[in-house]
Amino acid sequence: MRIVCCIKQVPATDSVRFDPEKGTLIREGIRAEINPYDLFALEMAVSLKEASSSGSSEVIALSMGPPQAEEAIKEAVSRGADRGYLLCDKRFAGSDTLATSYILSQAIAHIGGADLVVCGRQTTDGDTAQVGPGIAMRLNAPCATGVLDASVSDDGIIAMKRVVDDKIYRIKCALPMVITVEIGANTPRMPSLKGKMRAKKMDIPVLDADTIGADEGRIGLQGSPTRLSSTYVPEFRGRHEVIECPSDEAADRILSLLKDFGAI
Amino acid sequence: MAENKGIWVLGEVNNKGPLALTLELLTKAYELKETLKEELSCVLIGKDIGNASEKLFEYGADRVICVEDDSLEPFCEMQQGKILAFLCKQRMPSIIIAGATDRSKAVMAMCATSVGAGLTANCMDISIDSDTGRLLQTRPAYGGNLMATIVSEKMPQMATIRQGVFEAAPCLSKYSSNNEGEIEKIAVPQDLLQNPFHLEACDEIKKDESSPDYENAAIVLVAGRGIGDETSIKGLKRLSGLIGGVVGATRPVCDMGLLPHSAQIGQTGHIISPNVYMGFGVSGAAPHTIGIQGAKVMIGINTDKDAPIFDFVNYGFIADAKEVISSLIKRLEAKK
Amino acid sequence: MGKVNYFLTEEQKMIKELAQQITREKIIPIRAELDEKEEFPWSVMEALSQADLFALFVPEEYGGIGGGCMDICIALEELAYGCIAITTTYAATALGSYPILLYGTEEQKKHYLPHIATGEKLAAFGLTEVTAGSDAAAIKTTAVEDGDSWVINGSKQWITTGGEADVYTIIAMTDRHKGPRGASAFIVEKGDEGFSFGKKEKKMGLRASTTRELFFTNCRIPRDRLLGRRGLGFIIAMRTLDLARPGIGAMGVGLSQAALDEAVRHARQRYQFGQAIISFQAIQHMLADMATQIEASRALVYAIARTIDTGEKDIQKLSAMAKLFPTDTAMKVTVDAVQILGGYGYMKDYPVEKMMRDAKVLQIYEGTNQILRNIIGQYLNKEYS
Repeated sequence: MRIVCCIKQVPATDSVRFDPEKGTLIREGIRAEINPYDLFALEMAVSLKEASSSGSSEVIALSMGPPQAEEAIKEAVSRGADRGYLLCDKRFAGSDTLATSYILSQAIAHIGGADLVVCGRQTTDGDTAQVGPGIAMRLNAPCATGVLDASVSDDGIIAMKRVVDDKIYRIKCALPMVITVEIGANTPRMPSLKGKMRAKKMDIPVLDADTIGADEGRIGLQGSPTRLSSTYVPEFRGRHEVIECPSDEAADRILSLLKDFGAI
Repeated sequence: MAENKGIWVLGEVNNKGPLALTLELLTKAYELKETLKEELSCVLIGKDIGNASEKLFEYGADRVICVEDDSLEPFCEMQQGKILAFLCKQRMPSIIIAGATDRSKAVMAMCATSVGAGLTANCMDISIDSDTGRLLQTRPAYGGNLMATIVSEKMPQMATIRQGVFEAAPCLSKYSSNNEGEIEKIAVPQDLLQNPFHLEACDEIKKDESSPDYENAAIVLVAGRGIGDETSIKGLKRLSGLIGGVVGATRPVCDMGLLPHSAQIGQTGHIISPNVYMGFGVSGAAPHTIGIQGAKVMIGINTDKDAPIFDFVNYGFIADAKEVISSLIKRLEAKK
Repeated sequence: MGKVNYFLTEEQKMIKELAQQITREKIIPIRAELDEKEEFPWSVMEALSQADLFALFVPEEYGGIGGGCMDICIALEELAYGCIAITTTYAATALGSYPILLYGTEEQKKHYLPHIATGEKLAAFGLTEVTAGSDAAAIKTTAVEDGDSWVINGSKQWITTGGEADVYTIIAMTDRHKGPRGASAFIVEKGDEGFSFGKKEKKMGLRASTTRELFFTNCRIPRDRLLGRRGLGFIIAMRTLDLARPGIGAMGVGLSQAALDEAVRHARQRYQFGQAIISFQAIQHMLADMATQIEASRALVYAIARTIDTGEKDIQKLSAMAKLFPTDTAMKVTVDAVQILGGYGYMKDYPVEKMMRDAKVLQIYEGTNQILRNIIGQYLNKEYS
């Protein structure tokens, strides 16, 4: 069984700071990490591989991003992926979810397809949850979002437990398919020392638009129908006062506020 | 592009009728319709979508487009996405909006990919650009530090919208009993009625006290990293019981396992609009504050006087949130 | 930011990074709860095993990574930053494995080490008895040859990971009349006939680590469980402790660093008389001493660990020093950290009181710091003779 796990390198949420005056991100001090959702996807991919009876099963990590996103692939290897590819090309820049799902699906086809594509449910930076289903549509494969648990039988049937809003479904489906994994679905394993050493030595092949046979009109800004039209910094109105006081006094004031607003 | 006409709301129904979110979207879409002068339809895809139409008309739909089939359970995003794409290619609407639910987000993503349209996720506002007539789709960016307005260059313009950002209101003036909207049941090609999923079981997730109704709570007490320990969380729960609120948390607190991820308030959790918001030891990072903008009164307690929460709340207290919690409990319990 | 360059290798940087990640993600969030409930840290043991940290002290040919003393010290330092009790559980497996690593036959190594390297089996070391602690020669547990077996009788006290571990290396008297040369080392497995455990001890600190008594009642084990030769028991025990002591020193360094970090953070945030208390010289001087002693401890541990890794055989004095100074420092630094945090420091809501309780054991186990001074003193006497 060949499992492709799509991962993205994102700015670590707790390292992101913003300059409200300028309306821009403060670039210094931003740490990159694997999108936290993708760690659950990777763990599911690796455990499905480990549970697979076929000795030739493998997990391939796939990521689109700048050259430094190679780090994310290497971390995936240290956490159990067998190998990986980096999709890196200036022409990919500015891709929205439509173009991104096109690029990823082209890459999956280029590397020989997959029995199962595993993605995180969404990313912490884009927060769209659109890329997984997008890849599925392009591969013309069924997609299940919000997967909590999965197992694959020898005859290529995947049994899943998935959450869709207020329902939990237990369903079965024939591979190939795409799943997106819910946060908290499992406990992502630690990177291993042996894995880290292997990753360090490993060459991560870089795929560009030409290699994967991507149509230039369908990638990057050109291939992205959504456009940023304007931005603004959210503002907050109303009464505003901040006081420093001992905790007892704060408690008194809070109680009287709650009374004033009819909350108690 | 000019040939695309019609505003669609992808509706969702359960056995009690349309979801509140669907009605919120219809109410907002009705506003768009007033500007664009295009027909407003609600699209329902599913099994047993039943008699939801009445309500949909009441909230402004001119037409309800139904695709009803037994094969549509269990939920399969590919199948439903292909059906929506089929309808879309046939009718060519200019706008499709849907709720930012698991279901609709997946179906919309499938459909958008199929028809090659742009799709903006988790919008917190939409409006029509008065110059161009395009749909302006506003969503949080950079973890909520910035609101970004997106337009789509392709038709249809598609967006999913968070629950609770618009208020649902019936438009009574429009439809009296003698002027009802049209219900249209569409037959789709057989191959779209193939569901690749085989259902083994389906359970409703029970709403118990461990997953309170954050969206409708009057008082929400939020635990931030500043009170990130078990004792403090217990204290906060006790306080919450005393004042009749619900306890939520910021992401770091959920990540630490002190409260479940379902308790997360903010951009990737619940968007809340309570009468009173109280943040205990909350620093006020944008991913959190984006989710509490709707609160009528905001109170923040933190020891760090430079915490961004103090730029944000109506009442800020530079004090030890743990001590304030104990103090509040003491006072409230003394009264009983 | 004024950091000492210890010239860590690429591999050592990876070990450090991994151990830091485990501390951050798996240890710190649960340490207070485990301490309170006296709960064994299974979840962390799983993370350590996933990270290959149990493989660190096992040679490659037995499924390990073959790390040296320095590598292990780095891991222990970073883990101890989070919790001494949890780190002790990890260190105890290394301690219990050293006799097999040092004196095991090929068969014994092949049989036990691969399971220890994967973390699937934990190990423990049993020397101390009710009447024999610092005076190890006073042990009363006996092992008698009986056909193809050894029959062990007696008990071992305060054994770390007792009951949870699967593999125990213990010292018993085989020829009492020979005195210290009459002791031998054995491997006992959980489940062996006549081998049982006492109740879980209640402790001042180190509460997430399990400590139990081991009972041997006509405990019958196969002949091939003898480690090394008959009569080598004390040498095996001493060499095991020599190898392990720098690791305890490293734990002292990690713990001290954690206490210093908490103290500085607090001193910067806490306002009294209108200013952060770190602006007061009394506080500054305490912090300065803490920081300086910690760096000295670290430098000492690293230097001695590296010396051991060069293959130096005569390490008893050095390894005693590598434990003595950092653990005395840890005690002092954690006491001072509690003092700097004041009332907060005394409360269980803050982590420093636990650090102080945990620090104490570092001066006691694996050779009390008084015994270590004896060792160093006796060496000096020899060296200058």
